[in-house]
Parts: sequence; structure tokens; C-alpha cells
Amino acid sequence: MLIERKWKKWLNFHLPMTVFILFTLFPFYWMAITAFRPDGELYRTWRQPNASPLWTLEPTLEHLKGLMQTTAFPQWMWNTMLIAIVSTLISLVCGMFAGYALARLKFRGSEFLGTAIFITYLVPQTLLFIPLADIIRDMKLGNTPWALMLTYPTILIPFCTWLLMGYFKTIPKELEECARIDGATRFGAMVRIIFPVAIPGILSAGIFAFTLSWNEFIYALVFMSSAELKTVPVGVVSELIRGDIFFWGQLMAGALLGSVPVAIVYSFFVEYYVTGLTGSVKG
Amino acid sequence: MANVTIKNLNKNYENGFHAVKDVNLEIRDKEFMVLVGPSGCGKTTTLRMVAGLEEITSGQIRIGENVVNDLPPMDRNIAMVFQNYALYPHKSVFQNMAFGLQMRKYPPEEIRKRVQEAAEILGIEALLERKPRQLSGGQRQRVAVGRAIVRHPEVFLFDEPLSNLDAKLRVQMRVELKRLHERLETTAIYVTHDQVEAMTLGDRVVVMKDGWVQQVGEPLGLYGKPANKFVAGFIGSPSMNFVDVTLNGGWVEAKGLRLKAPARIAAMSGRQLTLGVRPEALRIANGGDPAERCLDSAVDVVEPLGNEILLNFRVGAVPMVARVDPGVRVKAHENIRLAVDPERMHFFEQGSENAL
Repeated sequence: MLIERKWKKWLNFHLPMTVFILFTLFPFYWMAITAFRPDGELYRTWRQPNASPLWTLEPTLEHLKGLMQTTAFPQWMWNTMLIAIVSTLISLVCGMFAGYALARLKFRGSEFLGTAIFITYLVPQTLLFIPLADIIRDMKLGNTPWALMLTYPTILIPFCTWLLMGYFKTIPKELEECARIDGATRFGAMVRIIFPVAIPGILSAGIFAFTLSWNEFIYALVFMSSAELKTVPVGVVSELIRGDIFFWGQLMAGALLGSVPVAIVYSFFVEYYVTGLTGSVKG
Repeated sequence: MANVTIKNLNKNYENGFHAVKDVNLEIRDKEFMVLVGPSGCGKTTTLRMVAGLEEITSGQIRIGENVVNDLPPMDRNIAMVFQNYALYPHKSVFQNMAFGLQMRKYPPEEIRKRVQEAAEILGIEALLERKPRQLSGGQRQRVAVGRAIVRHPEVFLFDEPLSNLDAKLRVQMRVELKRLHERLETTAIYVTHDQVEAMTLGDRVVVMKDGWVQQVGEPLGLYGKPANKFVAGFIGSPSMNFVDVTLNGGWVEAKGLRLKAPARIAAMSGRQLTLGVRPEALRIANGGDPAERCLDSAVDVVEPLGNEILLNFRVGAVPMVARVDPGVRVKAHENIRLAVDPERMHFFEQGSENAL
């Protein structure tokens, strides 16, 4: 009986779990191994004797070095970081106030407004960048970090607003009613009571917004033209693919370094992130 | 300290729901007033309007000498205890209790003194550093009460504060609240759907239904002289038995029942009325009881509760309950004869349901 159970657990849990983990982690593994593989191994056919596609016997830092020295990669990292942080902050502040208003204040058309904000989130960026490019040009912001810091919130604010509205709705109304009886204004109750209680939700909205702007490609490609102003996703692709030549080693080294900050942000806040998405506060 | 005057208070919601209808109440200084009624009767809405959390459609609310209709909650000098306690989850017990004083810019020593004092009264000194999530239901309840009393408000508002507690703790906290009120001598308005809480806590009780005030009075007054059938059925547990009867000559008649009518209503011969008898007004008849004050039936179910026995039986098709001495030995399906004291019979008009 016990043996049968073990066998079942293996079949129903461990096996699918292993397949799933291999499936999700393999691209990362491939990226990492390519970043450290010497060119000699990279551009060799697998049918050759001694080929080891899944492992390298002579790891090298040559690609990392090349990336740092021949491209503006450190500058790209800095650009991406700055743009992601500023646009996340702008979106969070707007999203917190808008989400609170939609969740708590009763005003004419509040439900319609909520839906309308959600619909703007559904407009694909591939359509939106055309009018936005016009606006950016008119405001003479092209090829400056502001072009991205101000356009990313167009996708991030609807997202943050919706996530936070949902979170604010799970916080009991009595908390702020009590604060208002205790002597706080509505604004005071929001800032002193509701926002601190909503920190898990605010953090998860922030992490999500940060990741989205870190990985954003189209706007960054369209609005930035000088090499030293580019973000990591655009810089790596535009500078390391020349014609039909792919500098695979440097490309993957760039991708690897570029994913580090996001990985750190996620692992640092993972606990908050989960409670943020599942919501709920107990009084 | 202050009295609270409510005049012609109405609440209409935007969707057309008329939640509170022409409520008039005078809550005296230091009085413990309980609003009781089934859910949806408007009691909580009334309380929230006193608190300033709900807008007033029409009417007037005065606290002390001030009309507070348009004052925000913070300027009404009230404190409220909520059903779900509404403790701030990110603040410690001390901070929870101190918040209202901090908002009013009290000096820190004064805050510490007052919180300490309230914590002693409620026996929660040891919990001051804890967060709400580390507290049991009863402890949270105490903190919520403590947060209200540190402010020394003119009026306490309680919105079903005991209904999230288990039965045993609820009885204990009920007594503590009563003791606390005697000690603090502050006007209190208390909302509950539990008539036992209403009866035990209230100096006076307001019974509400569908937004209307049904009756205002002292607990025993409500029990002894209910104004209508609703109040009669709502106050008391198990609730009053009702039978539709016809007055015929000097007799109260229904299927399976014929009793001598008390003198006060004997003149209304021919009227259709509803007879109300409380379970505790029925007792097993002995030889001395005249037949004209007795009814015969067969017991359906016997519920021995230890300190009393509930006998379920039917008069005609109407199920009734009698509450008798624990010494009585009756088995299910046995025939019984129950005596009714004519002074303890209540009569209600059938249309208006008002008491006669």
C-alpha cells in the first residue's frame, strides 16, 4: 500500500514537476552556457566528434569582456535602470490614487471610468507607438530618457490602477471609517492607514511595472536612436546583430546580465508578491 | 457627556431604498441605549448617521447642544467600536489605541498615561506591544473598546461588537461592557440583532423593523407590554406563541382551544384577534385550574435543557412551545393539559398587529 502510494506520488507529482522545471529553466541554462562558451565551440556543428552541446569544457569570460569593452553595455544598464525606476514610481503614485478613488469613492461614472482604464490597457503597444511617436516629436522629447519615462506609464498606470483597485477593495472599509472617527481626514486615513496596509499590493504592482518597463522593446526601439541612450533589450539586439552576423556569446552575456536585476527584485519581494496577488488582509 | 437627540431622521439610498423612516429618539445623558432588530431594519444605518459615516437624507441629529448633521466624523467627539474590530493591522496595540489621540495632537506623556489607564481597565497591559494578528478574538475586542475609551468621547457607538465572538466569550464580554459603562458613565448607543444582548445591556431598548421604530422602552417594559405583535415575537426566547382566534361571547376560540376571555377584552365579541402567550406563561395544569383557563394537546417533541424543559405541541395546526419546570416528567406524544394565566395573555389586532 505504502509502496503504491510512493509510486503514485512520483508519477503524479515529481515527474510532471521535473518536466515543468526543465521546460522553464532550459532557456536560462542555454543562455548562461552560451555566454561562457568560447566561439570555437559555439560555431561548430554538433555532429562533430567531442561536441558537447549541453556543457562547455573551456569556459571563458571573453564574451563578458567584449560586451563591456566594445559596446556601451554599462551605460545601457544604467539607462534601463533609471527609466524603469522613474516610470515605475510615476505609475505607482498615479495608480495608488486612481485605484483608491475607483475602489472607494462613489461618483458619477466611476464604474465606467474603471472599465475605460482597463480597456486602454488592452490597446496593443504596437498600435499605440505610432501616435505616441508623433507626440514625442512635437514635444521634442525624442532621443531623451524622458521619451520613455513618460510613455511607459501609458501602459503601466492602467495596470497599476487595476491591480491596486482590486487590492484596496479587499481592505475592510471600517478601517478608514474608524480612522476618520479617530480624527483623520479621508486623505489622512488613506495615507496613514490604507496605504501602509496595502504595501503587499503596492509592492507587487511596483515589481510588475518595473519588470514590464525593464523588458520593454518597441517604444525603446522607436524613441531612442543614439547608441549610448539605448536600453538593454534594444541595445543588445541592435548593436550585437550586425547584418546577418549574430554575436551569440555577447548577446547571451548581455541577456544574462540584463536579467539579473529583475531576478533580484523578484526573489527579494517574492513573499510580498504572492500575498499581493492573492490579496486579503485580516483585521 | 451629552444626550443625543434624533428628530425625524430619514435615509434614502440612491437606488431608492428607504432604510430609515422618520426615526425620533431622545437618548439621555449617560444612558445605554440599544437599537435592536432583524437585519435590514435600519439600526446600523441610524448608528452610522449618528457617527457621520452616512449622509442624512432629512432630519436632524444633535449631540449635546450641537446639530451635527454636517460635521465630519472627527468633529463629533464620538468613538465607535466596529463589528470586525477594524484594528489597524500594521500598528501595535499601543499605536492602535494612541492613534486617535495622536491625530488630535495630545502630548506624548498624556497619550501614554491614557493608553495605560485604558489598558488597565480592560486587562490588556501585557498586549500593548503586540500586533492585532497575534491576538485572539476576545483580546481584539478589548483593544477595539480600549481604542474607543482612551479618547474620553461624549458618546460611544457600538456596531454589533460581540457578534464575531463565540457564545461563551460573548456572555463574558457582555457583562464586562455593562460594568465598563457603569464605570465610565458615558452615553452609549449600541446596535445588535441579538435580543438577549439588548435586554441585558440596555437601560432602554429601541426595537426597529423595516426602517420604522416599533417601540422604545425599558427591557422589562418591552417584555411585559409589547406595543405590537412584532415586538412581542422579537423580545423573549423562545419567542411568543401566536394563535389566530375569534372572540365569541366571553370566550377566546380557535381550533383546539377555548379559553375564557379576560375582562379587558370580553366586550369585543365577534372580533378576529391574535392571541399571544409566552412559553413561560404556560404551565402544566393541576387539579385546581378551572377548565376555562386550560388547553389540551399532545406533546410533539420534548427538549430537556437542564434548567427548564421546552414542550413542543400544536393547537389546531399551529405549533407552540411551553417552557416548564425541569421537574415535570412528560414524554413525547403524551397528552397534556396546560394552564394559561389570563393576565399573561396578549391580544393583537389582526390587520394593524397592534397590541390591545
